Amino acid sequence: MRAFAPSSGGDAMSLVNFAAREITCKIVYYGPGRSGKTTNLQYIFGRVPESRRGRMVSLATHTDRTLFFDFLPLDLGSISGFATKFQLYTVPGQSYYASTRKLVLQGADGVVFVADSQARRLDDNLESLQDLQTNLLTQNIDIRQLPVVFQYNKQDLPGDLILSPPELDDALNFRAVQSFTADALHGGGVFETLKGISEQVLRRLAAGEPAT
Amino acid sequence: MTPPLNPYFRFDTMVVGAANRLAVTAARAVAETPGTVYNPLFVYARPGLGKTHLLMAMGHGAAAIDPSLDVEYLTLDHFIESFHAAIASGQGEAYRKGFLDVGLLLVDDVQFLTGQRETQAELLRIIDAMQTAGRQIVLTSDRPPAEIEALDERLIRRFAGGLVIDIAAPDYETKVAILRRKAEERRATLEPGVLEAVARLPIDNVRELVGALNRLVAHQAAGESVEPEQVPALLGVKARSSANAGGDHSQREPAGAKASEAGADADIETSSSAAAAESADASPRPSPPADEFGDFLSEISATLSQQIESWRGKVAAAILRWGGEGYRTGRLELLLEGELSRDPEEALREFEADVRKLDTLRTEVEKIAPALAGSPLFRDPGDVAAAEALLEQAREGADPPPAPSPLWRLDALVESAANRVAVQAAQAVIAHPGQKYNPLVLVGGSGVGKTHLLHAVGNALIAGGLRTVACVGAEEFTGELIEAIDRDAIAQWRKRYRRVEAFLLDDVHLVAEKGRSQDELFLLFNRFLESGRQMVFTSAVPLPQLSGVEPRLLTRLEGGLVAELPIPDREIRQRVAERLLSEKLERPDPEVAAYLAGRPADSVRAVHGLVQRVLSAAEAQNAKLSAAFARSVLETSPVRPARRAAQSRGSGLVAPGIGGARSREKMVWDWPDIGDRLIEEWR
Repeated sequence: MRAFAPSSGGDAMSLVNFAAREITCKIVYYGPGRSGKTTNLQYIFGRVPESRRGRMVSLATHTDRTLFFDFLPLDLGSISGFATKFQLYTVPGQSYYASTRKLVLQGADGVVFVADSQARRLDDNLESLQDLQTNLLTQNIDIRQLPVVFQYNKQDLPGDLILSPPELDDALNFRAVQSFTADALHGGGVFETLKGISEQVLRRLAAGEPAT
Repeated sequence: MTPPLNPYFRFDTMVVGAANRLAVTAARAVAETPGTVYNPLFVYARPGLGKTHLLMAMGHGAAAIDPSLDVEYLTLDHFIESFHAAIASGQGEAYRKGFLDVGLLLVDDVQFLTGQRETQAELLRIIDAMQTAGRQIVLTSDRPPAEIEALDERLIRRFAGGLVIDIAAPDYETKVAILRRKAEERRATLEPGVLEAVARLPIDNVRELVGALNRLVAHQAAGESVEPEQVPALLGVKARSSANAGGDHSQREPAGAKASEAGADADIETSSSAAAAESADASPRPSPPADEFGDFLSEISATLSQQIESWRGKVAAAILRWGGEGYRTGRLELLLEGELSRDPEEALREFEADVRKLDTLRTEVEKIAPALAGSPLFRDPGDVAAAEALLEQAREGADPPPAPSPLWRLDALVESAANRVAVQAAQAVIAHPGQKYNPLVLVGGSGVGKTHLLHAVGNALIAGGLRTVACVGAEEFTGELIEAIDRDAIAQWRKRYRRVEAFLLDDVHLVAEKGRSQDELFLLFNRFLESGRQMVFTSAVPLPQLSGVEPRLLTRLEGGLVAELPIPDREIRQRVAERLLSEKLERPDPEVAAYLAGRPADSVRAVHGLVQRVLSAAEAQNAKLSAAFARSVLETSPVRPARRAAQSRGSGLVAPGIGGARSREKMVWDWPDIGDRLIEEWR
């Protein structure tokens, strides 16, 4: 079992526990502050039947910013004989919560990078992406080896405020990983993104790569 | 590299219905007699209807019938890739020729030939060459040849020249049968009518059908009961056609339709409240699919099932591979039976590591004890420790040196006044090994019974409780030594001999002029003497006359008891003759033995020869063996053997019939003992 809260310095758990016949995927939503990571989780929470979800834990400040992290456990039931669980986390986007982000990233099986599509947030996106790469490196994880997808959120805003997906791909997605457009507030693209990252994570199982 | 055939895709796992019956029948015919019936066979069907399954089933089927048949499965992508690689490395011709060794070529997804002019030309050449050589080609595509865009007309004609056949979408009954089989495989029990309800849905693709089943199984696993009437809703058949608000933008336009009321300078923020999200649903935007989570779950289930199947496939393929190479695969079979109770990747890695380790161990054993290399322990990755132990034993010289032949027994040795000293010395050695006479050296001419006595002592020592007794001829001893030097395994060879409890060496005179053998013998001698273990030697040459043997060894041999086995006296000769005659005849005439004992013979072997001759002659002439008869055989000219009865038995050699030369006069039916002949010639 993965610990509820990520422990510092602990070994990354393996994705599949064969002895317990359990698959646990940890997916971390990363991105700059106010890009909509928590909104993604809330939308998912709203769509999952009660029997399948755990309590969503959100530690927020009085101004409703994510202070520590959000955590949403999903129980997908038994698939091919394996009790399959997803754990969705968000990191606090604000730059001063760097140590929390590191902690949450530990043992992640996949990362959704939620970018704010607004043109004026481009630098924040870049900074956060850099931060993700650095934090992964401190855990000896090469970002190229970890399943990552991009979500260009707030694509519902007027066209003159936002960058188009190709522009965002050019600016952020230089490794050409899968990217999704989204309007997380209304749920557009939220499940597509989750499916995208989940499939990548699960496909790595039989590819024989060690799940970190 | 050619992808391996999926072990699950066999004929017996294929559900056959009206839609695919023709294709399966043709495929079976081709698998049974590749290259003879429909060549090439071209199968087309929409995706998800079992083309690849059928293709691989043919591969499995053909290989099961003729394991020596070379079956090659390729997707067109693979084909193109390897073709380009071959061209790039200048091996184009070799690449083409390589296909001539393939008995059954299976090419999947040839619809991608569109626009591949070079590949089409190459495929044409390969098809022509393989057809000429009577090799089978099977191709699949998602459309008929004529509909593959820009496909070379000649290829279309080639395909048409064989058999072009399609697989249609499964009918209702077939769908139910497929769903039942898949449910069984997943060990899922669904409410009655559920599978039928799924089959009634407008899903024609088998993969999607299985995906739908997976989803229902997932629902059920979560404790939700699934009733037939809920099936369409649970599977979201209607929802699947509704528009999504978001998605992979490579396929659709961004969802940036709705203008925000907020100003351009304001930071437009997504609300963190779920309530806000719900209220937003009221706005005029495309409503999200009814069951997004259900869709998600269904897709995840399908992906995960695929991954787990792929594990099973990997393990099954490894079982086939390693089993085919002669390794025991019980460990992997257990893994499959145990529903992957541990990480299959890790298990496979460990298995392969163990196989490699066994190979290393076997290679080492081959060097030091070739006889042990064939042990099944080196084929069982489940018990590497046993193989290691065996190697350790081999290192310690467990491969035992030659033992005495059990045929030579002491009670078969005739004792008389002449050989009494030697026989009694041997008995003393047997009674008190290593204590009385060490070494015992038996000296005597050829055929007097030295070897017999030596082996008899060895057997008696074993019977007396010694576990390991080496009894070896000097030539064999030297031969082993040379081989050990050659294999650089001298230490193991020494250990083999040093651990035995008694060392018996026949014909020690043959180590003359063999310095290294003498050195080893000297070292061995000292060890045995020090540890009080018995040594017995025989020599055809009296020790003082033995030249070419180092004095240090010679003096040690002389330091024990040297017992002579003399030329057999009349008493021995008579008793040997009596014993041999009584073995062959019911009531031997005692005078015959007395007569034979009176004949000159300088060895026991010569007496054997005499007895053999008179017995053969009597048998050939069907005469009663009397002293007079024996005299007539031995003292007159050789008797021509009478016509040999078909069922008559003789101990002489029979020359094999050579063509038509079957002249009785020219045929030698009974050969006297070779020692006997030599003695006569010598005289």
